[in-house]
Amino acid sequence: MPMSDLFQDYSEAAGRSGAYDEMFAPGQVARKSYGQVAGALRELSLADVSARADSMARTFLDRGVTFDFAGEERPFPLDIVPRVIPADEWDVLERGVAQRVRALEAFLNDVYGKMAVVSDGVIPRQLVTTSAHFHRAVHGFEPAGGVRVHISGIDVVRDAAGTFRVLEDNVRVPSGVSYVLENRRAMAKGLPEAFGQQLIRPVEEYPRRLLSALRKTAPTGVDDPTVVVLTPGVFNSAYFEHTLLAGLMGVELVEGRDLVCRGNRVYMRTTAGEQRVDVIYKRIDDDFLDPLQFRADSMLGCPGLVNAARAGGVTIANAVGNGVADDKLVYSYVPDLIRYYLAEEPVIANVDTFRLEEKEAREHVLDRLDELVVKPVDGSGGKGLVIGPDASKDELEALRKRVIADPRGWIAQPVLQLSTVPTLSGDKFGPRHVDLRPFAVNDGDDVWVLPGGLTRVALKEGSLIVNSSQGGGSKDTWVLADSPQVPVERLPRQSVTVRERVSVWPVESNWRDRQSEQQQ
Amino acid sequence: MLSRIAESLFWIGRYVERADGTARILDVHLERLNHLPTEEQRSVARELLAVMGARPQSEDFGLDELLHALAYDKHSATSIAGSLGAARENARRARETVSSGLWESLNTTHYGLNQHRKDVVGTYRFCHWVLERTAMVSGLADTTVSHDDSWLFLALGRSLERADMTARMLSTRDVLSAGMSWVNMLRCAGAYESFLRTRRAAFGDQHAAEFLLLDRLFPRSIVYALRDADECLAKLDPSAQRVGFINDARRIVGQARTFLEFHRTDDLMSELPEHMERVQKAVSQASDAISRKYFNQADELAWVGEVS
Repeated sequence: MPMSDLFQDYSEAAGRSGAYDEMFAPGQVARKSYGQVAGALRELSLADVSARADSMARTFLDRGVTFDFAGEERPFPLDIVPRVIPADEWDVLERGVAQRVRALEAFLNDVYGKMAVVSDGVIPRQLVTTSAHFHRAVHGFEPAGGVRVHISGIDVVRDAAGTFRVLEDNVRVPSGVSYVLENRRAMAKGLPEAFGQQLIRPVEEYPRRLLSALRKTAPTGVDDPTVVVLTPGVFNSAYFEHTLLAGLMGVELVEGRDLVCRGNRVYMRTTAGEQRVDVIYKRIDDDFLDPLQFRADSMLGCPGLVNAARAGGVTIANAVGNGVADDKLVYSYVPDLIRYYLAEEPVIANVDTFRLEEKEAREHVLDRLDELVVKPVDGSGGKGLVIGPDASKDELEALRKRVIADPRGWIAQPVLQLSTVPTLSGDKFGPRHVDLRPFAVNDGDDVWVLPGGLTRVALKEGSLIVNSSQGGGSKDTWVLADSPQVPVERLPRQSVTVRERVSVWPVESNWRDRQSEQQQ
Repeated sequence: MLSRIAESLFWIGRYVERADGTARILDVHLERLNHLPTEEQRSVARELLAVMGARPQSEDFGLDELLHALAYDKHSATSIAGSLGAARENARRARETVSSGLWESLNTTHYGLNQHRKDVVGTYRFCHWVLERTAMVSGLADTTVSHDDSWLFLALGRSLERADMTARMLSTRDVLSAGMSWVNMLRCAGAYESFLRTRRAAFGDQHAAEFLLLDRLFPRSIVYALRDADECLAKLDPSAQRVGFINDARRIVGQARTFLEFHRTDDLMSELPEHMERVQKAVSQASDAISRKYFNQADELAWVGEVS
């Protein structure tokens, strides 16, 4: 079937990259999951598409859906073509993400406790103790509520063969879920035709799920827990997300200076005096959380929080010290951790990773620096990452020196051709690389994975870096429901006429009529 | 003041609020409606129209017809365009009394009605635009007109219509029972965030309905709107301050408000249809009573007629 002019040259460009395309099978035939979207796009002209895209961008700016880039508020670019995940593929992803979260939860409990994983020889002790985010301050106690990884974002990508692989774990302060919520709203109004008759699993329940998980993990003995979101403040790049989540959960958004710790309990200063806080959804880095334990010069946190958590007087979500689990060198051991803690095989594989501490691997990598991606183990947001084929000779030389100086600080991976999705660029659609960050909420009994997640897209042709701070945008992510005919949420239709009539109002007086009679 | 002018002001208040409420309902429900299979879409479109108090003109009634009937039909007082047109027409006849700011904003709105695409995407923008315009009209009415009798009539019309519109928002729950109907109810009223902040973790149909029906502080709740109307009526006719009443409209509004405000129930949801019916009835009876008392209704003033 011929697509409109908008897709001219698409297959040629897709051929150049050699990546798996989410929308088109080879020969530019739309995949089954993309049927509705392809149909809707076929009806639109370039003028329509650009008008829709402009209007969506304006809505984002109006609503303040922005991220902070070099001190400036910028709208997060949302592309008009959604990323669609069919039900069967999502089923695998969902199981894989939940499995990983359960394994990392068990790992963190172990690492800050008995360290059985070390004594059983699964990982070397050094791996843990040399991690920059292994915080001895939180060693030896189980956090109130018993959960450490309340919220996680597991980044997955699809390689050239179409297989999903985990790229990294984020169990400290994963961000981006606000864009998932806002993208869906914008798409429902921007491209309503594409939703068509298929059932797309809703995302709007996320804030309620999050709130109920946070309340459930409150310290024992609290009947009606008070939850707050702790933000570093208005200058943080994810401040919009903090406000949105606090708003949608109906809880206070506090800064460190609003909190006070006394007697291992945490209070917030309100107009009605100090009010006890039971659960803190922490959106600041551990380093800045508690000047008594970590950076003494931090103005963002509140002194005493860690002791309060240790005493069980407050739940901090995510728990302090989680960074040891998303260290990229630990990442390379996660498949082993899954086997060790859960006695299961990993549902989603890792990307092949070279541990540069191992002499053989290091020598192998140093010979092929120009073919590999080298990443710092504790970085996030794509900071410090070097893509070999794109790097200059000098950059590679500098990298070589740094790797030799600190082999524990780096890992290397092959360059993955991330899968592509058509993305509006100028006057036509071109293939652009995407990743996917599904979000999981763990309430202690159950790990719930938000259907979909944040799809980030590199807006430059050929670029593999999807981070918003480096010119990335996002796409709405649709997970199709199993059976489009029977929506999951649908209850039996009731209507006024069917329901039994109840009458509670007093019988209407006809006083008025009598009065008007009298007047006549 | 002249009865004729008072009547115009009363209806400006009602029509502007009606356009606002209809835009809110349409904006939220269009999103849901758009995802339904065609067959269901048609039946829901009919039901939604019925909630707004109108009947389909023809057998063939689908999404496009619904958009026409609720948004663009200039000849029907149920539609946004019709309401805003009628509000402007009323303002034209009371032009010497309303402030130039109020008149201009209504007039500009009237001329902007045609500048929108009438498809689904265009309707979203249309609704958004209408909400901005009605907020502006409302704000100008509050800040540029002396709060004397003329303003009281405007505010009276506005609060009565607001109670009526909120009742309709609550009734839409029965139309689209799929999924999170209470979220949609609250979104219609712009009450979602306010609700979340007051209710903490207590979500659900029952709480949302209670909020929109009975909350004493949320300005679009029915109890709040009826209390506003009651206060306007009391100021308009200060003669019966001590005992009893001589004003039928006050009795109707007051009885409805006090019944709701102090009504105690364990099963609000099953009573909801009756509450909605009685609120809508009370509003239309109060409106009639106000006409009889103040406007001295004459038959030749056909242009102010209430449809529902």
